[in-house]
Order: sequence, then structure tokens, then C-alpha cells
Amino acid sequence: MDLSFRDEDIAFQAEVREFLEKNLPADVKDRYDRGLHPKKEAAVRWQKILNDKGWIAPNWPVEYGGTGWTATQKYIFAQELGRASAPPPIPFGVSMVGPVIYTFGNQEQKDQYLPRILNSEDWWCQGYSEPGSGSDLASLQTKAVRDGDDYVVNGQKIWTSHAQHADLIFCLVRTDSSGKKQEGISFLLIDMKTPGITLKPIIGLDKEHTLNEVFFDDVRVPVKNRIGDENKGWTYAKFLLGNERTSIARIAQSKRHIERLRDIVKQERLNGGYLEDDRDFMRKVNQIEVDLMALEYTELRMLSSIDAGKKLTAEPSLLKIKGTEIQQRLTELLVESLGMYGAPYEALKKYEGSNEMPVGPDYAHGPMAEHLYLKAASIYGGSNEIQRNIISKMVLGL
Amino acid sequence: MDFELSEEQNLLKDSVDRFVKENYSSEARIKLSETDLGFSRDHWKQMAELGWLGMPFSEEVGGFGGSAVDTMVMMESIGRGLVLEPFLATVILGGGLVAAAGNEKQIEAIVPEVIEGNMMLAFGYAEVQSRFNLNDVETSATKSGEGYVLNGHKAVVYHGGCADKIVISARTSGNSRDADGISLFIVDKDASGLEIRSYRTVDGQQAADITMSNVTVGADALLGTEGDASPVIEKVVDTAIGALCAEAVGAMTAANEITNEYIKERKQFGVAIGKFQVLQHRMVDMYMEAEQSKSMADMVAMKLDLGYEVDTKKAVSATKAQIGKAAKFVGQQSVQLHGGMGMTDEYSIGHYFKRLSTIEMLFGNTDYHLNRFSNLS
Repeated sequence: MDLSFRDEDIAFQAEVREFLEKNLPADVKDRYDRGLHPKKEAAVRWQKILNDKGWIAPNWPVEYGGTGWTATQKYIFAQELGRASAPPPIPFGVSMVGPVIYTFGNQEQKDQYLPRILNSEDWWCQGYSEPGSGSDLASLQTKAVRDGDDYVVNGQKIWTSHAQHADLIFCLVRTDSSGKKQEGISFLLIDMKTPGITLKPIIGLDKEHTLNEVFFDDVRVPVKNRIGDENKGWTYAKFLLGNERTSIARIAQSKRHIERLRDIVKQERLNGGYLEDDRDFMRKVNQIEVDLMALEYTELRMLSSIDAGKKLTAEPSLLKIKGTEIQQRLTELLVESLGMYGAPYEALKKYEGSNEMPVGPDYAHGPMAEHLYLKAASIYGGSNEIQRNIISKMVLGL
Repeated sequence: MDFELSEEQNLLKDSVDRFVKENYSSEARIKLSETDLGFSRDHWKQMAELGWLGMPFSEEVGGFGGSAVDTMVMMESIGRGLVLEPFLATVILGGGLVAAAGNEKQIEAIVPEVIEGNMMLAFGYAEVQSRFNLNDVETSATKSGEGYVLNGHKAVVYHGGCADKIVISARTSGNSRDADGISLFIVDKDASGLEIRSYRTVDGQQAADITMSNVTVGADALLGTEGDASPVIEKVVDTAIGALCAEAVGAMTAANEITNEYIKERKQFGVAIGKFQVLQHRMVDMYMEAEQSKSMADMVAMKLDLGYEVDTKKAVSATKAQIGKAAKFVGQQSVQLHGGMGMTDEYSIGHYFKRLSTIEMLFGNTDYHLNRFSNLS
């Protein structure tokens, strides 16, 4: 056991830090620091900078464009992104479908999609949930019926984040209804411009348009767009969800949020002094900092045991549960720290292109939007209750 | 960065686990805890023979030069078995203080005896008014000729009753909560004027309240420089907290395993109660608390091996706060999930609950350490 960084790691840390200082666009940094979603143009601009450096997909195997970093280097990189308020890449391409394609896809699919993911030329969205299939994902009903070299897809997906910007959707569809529900699912890659696809926006609690309904009406998808075998899609879907669980904890970003909170309590006035003098409030801040440390070292311990060749089953579900609980608690505390200025709230577009700023101190602009949006964190990626079911079954054998 | 045990550490772990398996069945532990001594001298001898009592001491003082991680490995196994022998009091606290502050002569007289298993130690630091503040010392040591005269009252000195020598913190100058002016003394158990009132503690161990009325000690009883003991005490206590946290991890892991097995077996409404989602989710929460505590205990052991800076102290307090919260939750829910069986003193689970509850309090409870965490910066 050894917690120290080697000299190479310290040099690497300095290299990452310097790169971010020089190359992270100020507008991207500001939005992310406030907890606001990046706009598509800004996200793509930033992701291309990362890709030019070769750092867009540290978790990919080197042969497909990964960095070949050690677990320690990956940890340092994530920490430095968080510290600099640099957003990690939008997950749907790099973290979700990319690994499915290089693990289960054929050569043609790898050649076609992977470079475009790395260079942010394709914007992906995720077609998993349906109106009748949330936690019971395998009950999904969107049908794909074989017709010559195509599948004909009919059905509906819902809660599809950023679908309005997407070029492609990776979709779970039902190709067989005769046996167990998990055994009749296939994994398709579908061009969003295909005739028969329509979108309907869903305005979220944060008054923003992130979520969508996606309708498929006789949508023809070439069979060659199927990943792996027909009816084996559930295996690929679970693989993707397993990857998602580890990346969803966002520990480095939560660390940065604690720093923000500690900045705010030095500025928010209270009884002639500052909020930092309020022991009740500060106790909550201290508690969340300890909770985050416990999660951080748990993630490191898991990374270390993966490096040592141990196979984890559902342990990463812990990271998802605790990571999202902390994110939610932190944004709750950020809002709480604002006092009365926690109440003013308007959709972002009101201020876009205008010189008028929202009321209240500058730091009050952001926390509520993120607090509202992150209510989803304990629901998406498999709800935290489903994660507990998974640990109960896979780890505890109950 | 590496959280894996070395080959030697795996062997050490196996060896302590074997000792626990052979000697610490639930019935054997209860019986042993009810004896007058409250632990076994034979076990102590065995622990000495296996080299465990010399593990944390450096090679210069005759020890094996083990790291904080080695101690962590041992303490985790000790926690799994709720081992009763006073390893923490004698080796980590008493021995740790002598090795850190003692002069050559004191080290030579005491450390080899501890390593051989011939001498037991305890550390009296807490007082009636002090709660968890190590610097709140009202016990006085007044210079008298070459030596000192000690007066005062030390509260809940773990294993003070079986100790051959007790390390006492006493004030040689300054006001009652000053960091400056605290000194350490080694006092023989049969020193005149020393009264040791021994009693059992709720966790199956023993402790003592110790009063000193004009206890006269020689100059050679002073451990370290007069008035400068506060930093040494803080460091040794932080090391002990690291060890105690590892013990808690072992105890939580065992309590969770026992409870997990129980809810697989126990049937109600025609099915194993572990099939009920409300109990599954509770068990998962207990598992997650224990896992996060394990990560923190590993981290703090590794940090203690890297040095002793403010960052180390913060890590110690963060770990104690996490483990205090987790120990209470796991201990209490273990009893709850056992239903009526959790209430009987004959069954093991309640003993885990009781030890975990005292661990939360020892060397400062969760509130205290959250505060210390925030004040250190």
C-alpha cells in the first residue's frame, strides 16, 4: 500500500494543469463552474481541443485512440479537470457508445464511428427509456422488424437528453417477443435524420430543454447498423450501464463545488459577520467534505484493485449511489447558502444576448439550475434504488 | 498509488485471522471477558511470540519496524474477532509514547519488555472535565527536589487495571487548557498515593479511574522534555486513532457478514427475510458504510506512513468522523435486523454493536472530530 505519487505522476499533474490553464476557453469554464450545461457549440469546441491533445478518451484502449494512462494518471487527469472547472466530454459518445462499439462492433463500425466520436463530429444520444420502461428497462416495446436489409423500427423513447442536437442515437429495440424479455433485445445505431423520426421537447424542472421524447414511425435502419448479434443487445446494454456507473460519480466536480461553497460562505453576510461563522451551516459543509473524501478513496481503492487484476461485480454501483447523493446534497447546500437569493429563478435564455444580469450576487447565478437538474442524478443511469437492488443481488447474494 | 497488501502483509493478516479463528469464538470471547483479568495472559504470550507486540516499534528500539499499514492489517483482524488483549493500550499508546518521547535508558528499560510480553502499559490522559480535549490537563506535577509530586484524577484509562506502568499526562506549568506546560510521566502501578479503581466497560473490556495523591516520582519518570508533551501526545493519539479505525472496519465487516447470513436464514411469512427489499436496501447501506470506512482507514494508515503534517491530522479526523458515523449505523442496524436475537447477550451481534458504539466515542466522537477537521487548516 502506498499513497504517494511517483515523480512521473507529479510531472504529469503539472503538465495537465498547465495545459488546462492555457487551453480551457473562459466561457466554457465559467458555465461549468456555475453548474450550467455547456452549449453544443462550446462543448464541441472544447472537446476538439482535448482531442487535438489526444486526451479526449483516456479510458479507451490505445489502439482505438486512448491514452494508455495508468489508473493514477487517469485519477490525476479527472482531478485536474475538476479543479480547473473543465467539463469532461459529453458522455453519450466517448463514455457510452464508444466502448460498446470497440468492444462488440465489427471493423466497419469501428472505422466509421470511433474517429468521429473522438473528434466530436457526431453528437450521440441514448435511446434506452420508454414511457412504460424505466427501471424495468428490459420490458421495452420499441419494435424492430426485419425487412430485407433493413429493420423497420416503430415505437417511442423518452427522457432522451440532448436529442435535439444529436446526429445519431444508440437504441435498444425489441427484435423478439417470444422468450424472456431480456433475450429479445437488439442494439441499433440510428441516424437521427432518417425519415420517420420526430422529436418532442420536454421542459425540465430547471425550465430548460434538455430532455425529449423521440418517436419512431416506420423508420428504416440498415441491418449493418446493428451492434453484435440480434437479440443479444441486453448484454451490450448492461456493459454500457456498468461503465456509466463508474463515471457518473463526478468526484472531482464535487470537490470543486465544495471550494465554491467555501468561497460563498466567506461572502454571504450574516449578523454583521459572514455565513462561515454559522456553526450549524458549517457543520453540514464539513460533513459533506468528509463524505466526499470517503467516496474519493473508495473510488481509488476500486481502481487499485482493478489494476491489480481483480474483477469487480457491482461494487461500482456504490460510486453511483454515493456520488449522486453527494452531488445533490452539495447543490442543495449551495442554494441554501444563498439565503433569499435562492428564490429568484428564470430560464437562462432570458439573459442570453442581453447586458442585463440576473439579480443578486454573481455566485447566485447557477446553483438553483444545477440543483433542479441534478434531481435527475439519483434517477438516471439506473435509479439509486435499482443500484441497491444490484448490490444486494450481486455482492451480498440476497 | 496502490491499495493492495504486500505478500508479507497478506501473511500477517492470515496469521492474525488464524489466531482469531482459533481463540475467539463468540462463546470463548464472552467467557474470557467475564474473567477477573478480562483477557488471557496465554494469548498475550502467543502474540509476543508471533512478533506482533514488536511490530510497530522501529528496529533501533528492538522492534520489527512495521508501518502504520502493518498495524492497520493487524487491527482489522483484531476487530473482526473483538479481541480483548490490550494491544492498543500497551503497544500503540503506552509503547508508542515511550518510543517517541523517551530517552535511551527509558526505552531500553521498557520497550524490550513490552515486545517480549512481560510488561503492560496504559495511558492516562482524559480527565473528568476534559471530554476529548487532550490539552485540558488539570493533573499537576510539581517539582520537588530532583523529582516531581503528582496530584489529580485520570478518567476511564483503558486497561489501567492490568498495566504495570501507566503513562500519565500532567501539567508542569501554564493554565488548564494550554498546549504548553504538559509533561508525561511513567508511573509504577504500585506507587504510593496511586489509587487504581478498575471496572468493566460496556464493550467487554476493562478500564480504570486513577487518582494520584502526592505521588512522588523521580526525575527519571519524566518522559521527554518538561512542558513539551502536547505534540507527542497528539501524534501518538492520532496513530492510535488510525489503528482504532482499522479495528472498527474489521468489526463492521464481521457484523455485516453475520447479519447478512442471518437474514438469508431467518424465515418469516414463508420466505427468508433477506428477500424483502426494505431489508436488502438497509443491508446495502450498511455494506456501503463499511466499504467507505475501509477506504478511509487504508488512506489514513498510508498517510501516517508518509509523515505527520496538518494534512495528516485532517485525514485522521475525517476518518474518525466517517468511521464514527458508520460504526453507529452498522452496529445499530445489525441488532435491528436480528430482531429479538439481537437483544440477547449470548449471541455475538450485540457485542459488535457495543464495541462499535464505544469506538465512536474513544479519542473523540464524531462531533469532536468534525470540529477538529474544520478547525485544522
